[in-house]
Amino acid sequence: MTSATFPPSPPENTSWSRYFGFNTDAKVIGIQYIVTAFFFFLIGGLLAMIIRGELITPPADLVDRTVYNGIYTMHGTIMLFLFIFPVLNGLNNLLIPTMIGAPDMAFPRLNAVAFWLVPIFGALLIGSFFVPGGPAYSGWWSYPPVSTQNPLGHFINGQGLWITAVALSGVSSIMGAINFVTTILRMRSPGMGFFMMPVYCWTALAAQSLQLIGLPALTGGAVMLLMDLSFGTSFYQPEGGGDPVLYQHFFWFYSHPAVYVIILPVFGIFSELFPVYSRKPLFGYVYVCLASFIIVALGLVVWVHHMFPSGVAQWMRNFFMFSTMLIAVPTGVKVFAWLGTIWRGKLRLTTPMLFCLGGLFNFVFAGITGIMLATVPVDIHVSNTYFVVGHFHYVIYGAAVMGIFAAIYHWFPKFIGRMPYEGLGKLHFLLTFIGANLNFLPMHPLGLMGMPRRVSSYDPEFAFWNVLASLGAFLLGVSIIPFLLNMVSAWVRGPKAPHNPWNAIGLEWLLPSPPPEDNFGEHVPTVISRPYGYGTGAPLVEHQAEIEKQLTLQEASA
Amino acid sequence: MSNSSDRSRLPISGLGLVALLGWIGLLVALSWWMAQQAYRWLPVQASTAAPLVDGLFSFETGIGTFVFGAVVSVMAWVLLKHRADKYDESDAEPIEGNTRLEVIWTVIPLLLVMAIAVYAMRVNTKLGVLGPMEHIHLANPVEDQGGYAVDRLPAEQVEVIARQWSWEFRYPSANVSTTELHLPVDQPVTFRLVSDDVLHGFYIPAFRLKQDVIPGRAINFNLTPTREGRYRLRDSQFSGTWFAANQADVVVESSEVYQAWLENAARQPLQSGLSDAVIEYGERKQLKNPGWATVPPAPPPQVNVPGSNSLPHDA
Repeated sequence: MTSATFPPSPPENTSWSRYFGFNTDAKVIGIQYIVTAFFFFLIGGLLAMIIRGELITPPADLVDRTVYNGIYTMHGTIMLFLFIFPVLNGLNNLLIPTMIGAPDMAFPRLNAVAFWLVPIFGALLIGSFFVPGGPAYSGWWSYPPVSTQNPLGHFINGQGLWITAVALSGVSSIMGAINFVTTILRMRSPGMGFFMMPVYCWTALAAQSLQLIGLPALTGGAVMLLMDLSFGTSFYQPEGGGDPVLYQHFFWFYSHPAVYVIILPVFGIFSELFPVYSRKPLFGYVYVCLASFIIVALGLVVWVHHMFPSGVAQWMRNFFMFSTMLIAVPTGVKVFAWLGTIWRGKLRLTTPMLFCLGGLFNFVFAGITGIMLATVPVDIHVSNTYFVVGHFHYVIYGAAVMGIFAAIYHWFPKFIGRMPYEGLGKLHFLLTFIGANLNFLPMHPLGLMGMPRRVSSYDPEFAFWNVLASLGAFLLGVSIIPFLLNMVSAWVRGPKAPHNPWNAIGLEWLLPSPPPEDNFGEHVPTVISRPYGYGTGAPLVEHQAEIEKQLTLQEASA
Repeated sequence: MSNSSDRSRLPISGLGLVALLGWIGLLVALSWWMAQQAYRWLPVQASTAAPLVDGLFSFETGIGTFVFGAVVSVMAWVLLKHRADKYDESDAEPIEGNTRLEVIWTVIPLLLVMAIAVYAMRVNTKLGVLGPMEHIHLANPVEDQGGYAVDRLPAEQVEVIARQWSWEFRYPSANVSTTELHLPVDQPVTFRLVSDDVLHGFYIPAFRLKQDVIPGRAINFNLTPTREGRYRLRDSQFSGTWFAANQADVVVESSEVYQAWLENAARQPLQSGLSDAVIEYGERKQLKNPGWATVPPAPPPQVNVPGSNSLPHDA
């Protein structure tokens, strides 16, 4: 290759309008996913504020119980299917092609279809607030028979729209998963063997494999639920010879692995960012890579731990307890690898690093309550109580969402081409970290005392911790303001970002900020080193010095 | 990993070692203290299961505190000691890994979680001896229609009927029904859990026991109360609009008081039992814009003794 034609000229269509149409550029789709996800994040967050407003006092006095049940159901559904999965798919779209040196995803049109399904099922779900009778109210699990009761008897009802939306979300996710897996397997740059691949790509590959294995079970289970609800079948109806517990197996066979679909890419983000901001290689790279796939294998055989009190046999309780406990081991390997990475590093406490450290802190706490929940006797007492709600909000908000914020601050300059503001970022971190802990820690004593989840009213002895949790929730609500302010103002008038503002190692940092439409185009560099060569001085790719010189010259002339 | 041994592993001074051991000792003491505190976060122990569950939880709290404390200590140390100076743009020493450490932090957690699992399995088995929770059989189709044939039930079995949204308890041998569960202290009791409509959860936090009630099945469930008092029974599996209000009181009393209660109850005529949902549903119907759609509550069960669910309870 010659440096004269590299990097390729920027794309012609750089206007904002391309974000609103059917575009096949993974970088456009990535931003479409992320912005759409945060739109729904605000709606889901608003619902959370109503939930915590209701629960700040013991009686059901803020909204009617039917409204409360609809709101908590939609909060969970929106946050999972319309926020966290889309935002992660957005990151996948931005990061996977640029990290492996591919010009785009393997199937760009399928990619765009997968994205455009999100606003469609999002509209269905939000629309269900306005149908007679209100939205689905049976929780994001939608266990039958409650979910098939259909009080008004209308054919179009909130629950039916909910199931349709979830099934469409599954279709969208399967399309995305096919794309991500194919892209990672087939489109890596020359020289990038599997054990030269960034850990984020390893974790994305692991997570998307889980989607492909697990989603058919959920989608099939959901179709049967819709048949029961709308067409009078009795797959899950005891009076017709069906079994409501069967649905729980279909549901959790996917929905437990779904937790790993969420957390694995976040492990990838931690593994990318700790080396950058510690100026050290990732400790035990190969073990971290392999641990992801051990988590995949084990993650497929733990689902019954959600059903210990559902009436399962003792041998199942014991078997699924052991398999669940085993997951702690590969997860521990990762946690220790991150500690080994920051140990004796030269830490830079930038906004992304703070979010990673905070996320790790919360994740370790969630891991410990996870071990408690895995042991059957303790689980029998605290399952379906606020202890579980506290545990998974530590995982999802405390670890996953904080990791996602870290990723956004870290890669914002690369894909937007402008620098976010550090001051606002640190304020965002501080409010998020305090808010999340104040919100979710009090849920643990509540659960231990025996407060069930999903209640719209509770006995007065639970009031104290609920007040604290609500105050934490309101703080979390406020914490989003500096984030939005930062994103909007940095996008509009932030300082121009150089190609590698964090002095990071990775193919994406050898592209201009923002990268051209086809990334490296014809001139894909040949990878010659493992990722994370901080302090080794070894170049990542052939002709690295020339590529960087060219990028710097281009920036100087711009 | 070769260069890690010469710099990062050797130089720990005598004083450093003492400080490290001292810190670990402090963490152990903290973990011990937290394990003791753990009992105070739980409700009173009112069944034979409770001490077993609490012992396991306390053990896990101790282990968990130590692990969490150790990880946070490392993070805090790194944050204090290993931050880059303000204008230091250089990289750190490139330590890429250490196979011996990887083995250590795979094997030790593996042994630890397996030890916890074995402990938990033993508690499980013991709980099973106290009251097997897996005796599940498909219900007779006759019973699905609500025709619970009283004469076919074992004499000592208390029948629990969960509905949207009330709990009914029947004592077949005494021919008594109630919406307030009474149990004699220190005597094993068998429940027969059935649901008239949707999934419910039979959960008494003071007993540390919980079992889903599944329509179409009758589930046998055993426990032994050990402490006199008034406790809460809560629905633990979301059952619809008045799920949160679907609570009943459990009164554990001495054998004599219990017998007297049964005898007195048998003489009472049938009357409407407790159902907060029915009361709220009536009030709600007066509203012009009550909210979203709901399944109407089942009528209050006809019982000998309604009891109360508004007296102060122990847990």
